[in-house]
Amino acid sequence: MSAHHDHHDDHHGDGHDHGSVKSYIIGFVLSVILTAIPFWLVMNRTMDSQTTAFVILGFAAVQIVVHMIYFLHMNAKAEGGWNMLALIFTVVILVITLSGSLWVMYHMNKNMMPAPMPGSSHQMSGMN
Amino acid sequence: MPEMTATTDLSSRYYVREHHPENGTLLGFWIYLMSDCLIFACLFATYAVLGRNFAGAPSGAELFDLPLVALNTAFLLLSSITYGFGMLSAYAKKQRAAIGWLVLTGLLGAAFLFLELYEFSHLIHEGYGPQRSGFLTAFFALVGTHGLHVTFGIVWLVTLLFQVGKHGLTPENIRRLSCLSMFWHFLDVVWIGVFTFVYLMGVLP
Repeated sequence: MSAHHDHHDDHHGDGHDHGSVKSYIIGFVLSVILTAIPFWLVMNRTMDSQTTAFVILGFAAVQIVVHMIYFLHMNAKAEGGWNMLALIFTVVILVITLSGSLWVMYHMNKNMMPAPMPGSSHQMSGMN
Repeated sequence: MPEMTATTDLSSRYYVREHHPENGTLLGFWIYLMSDCLIFACLFATYAVLGRNFAGAPSGAELFDLPLVALNTAFLLLSSITYGFGMLSAYAKKQRAAIGWLVLTGLLGAAFLFLELYEFSHLIHEGYGPQRSGFLTAFFALVGTHGLHVTFGIVWLVTLLFQVGKHGLTPENIRRLSCLSMFWHFLDVVWIGVFTFVYLMGVLP
């Protein structure tokens, strides 16, 4: 019984990858680097905030891809390609949700907001 | 009589083997994770919209403690790799090693949760609970949902530890562990978005 299942587990033909100690270590080291740099950039304020924001978002995007490949073992062949298809579909919806919300709400704010009140928001920008 | 024919037609379908995916559970679980991903997308969008509505309450720059967040991130990242090693031991049928790695994973997850609850209780104690401003509502909703996922991940992990302890590394248990592995790594992926978008960008002026 167990021999049969071993065979089943190790050689199923859907391209599902279990990873190895090496691939996990590579993924972990890359993640540590990709996490440490954004924290260092923000804690030490080496650049102006807008540049820092774009740079750390870039690092996050790269780290998500690293996690997908080394920890979640994504590849185009896993589950006959259906994993990747579901992921691509989700990313499309995700981009529409995020960019759509920001786009609509930004214009709502711009068109509907009364003149900024003295106090609340100005106080914030002066406290840095 | 038509019902009879329908039944026989249906049962004959079970014998068609070619179209049955070999790892249907894992694919199904992946689809669940993708739908979970959409929940987080909505919460991220909410935070993106409301994240600067401070209503006179302090901003993230004054409330967030970055070293604490860095420590939390380290806990979660470490728990991801210990889970990975646990899975490798499970595939190699090394039950004791697998259980050891999974216990370590659970402890790291609990440490993460403990720090997050400490942060939440500290904020609420200071009077900056979710009802204080739009920013805090979106923050508690997003980070709280992630924390809730980690909580249920730990509950699931403990359940599986008992299952593996009782029945050993059967194919069923390996399949369950694989599902939880995807869930756990997925939570780490979401946390990348949280610490970048909420904490790091929140403290930027």
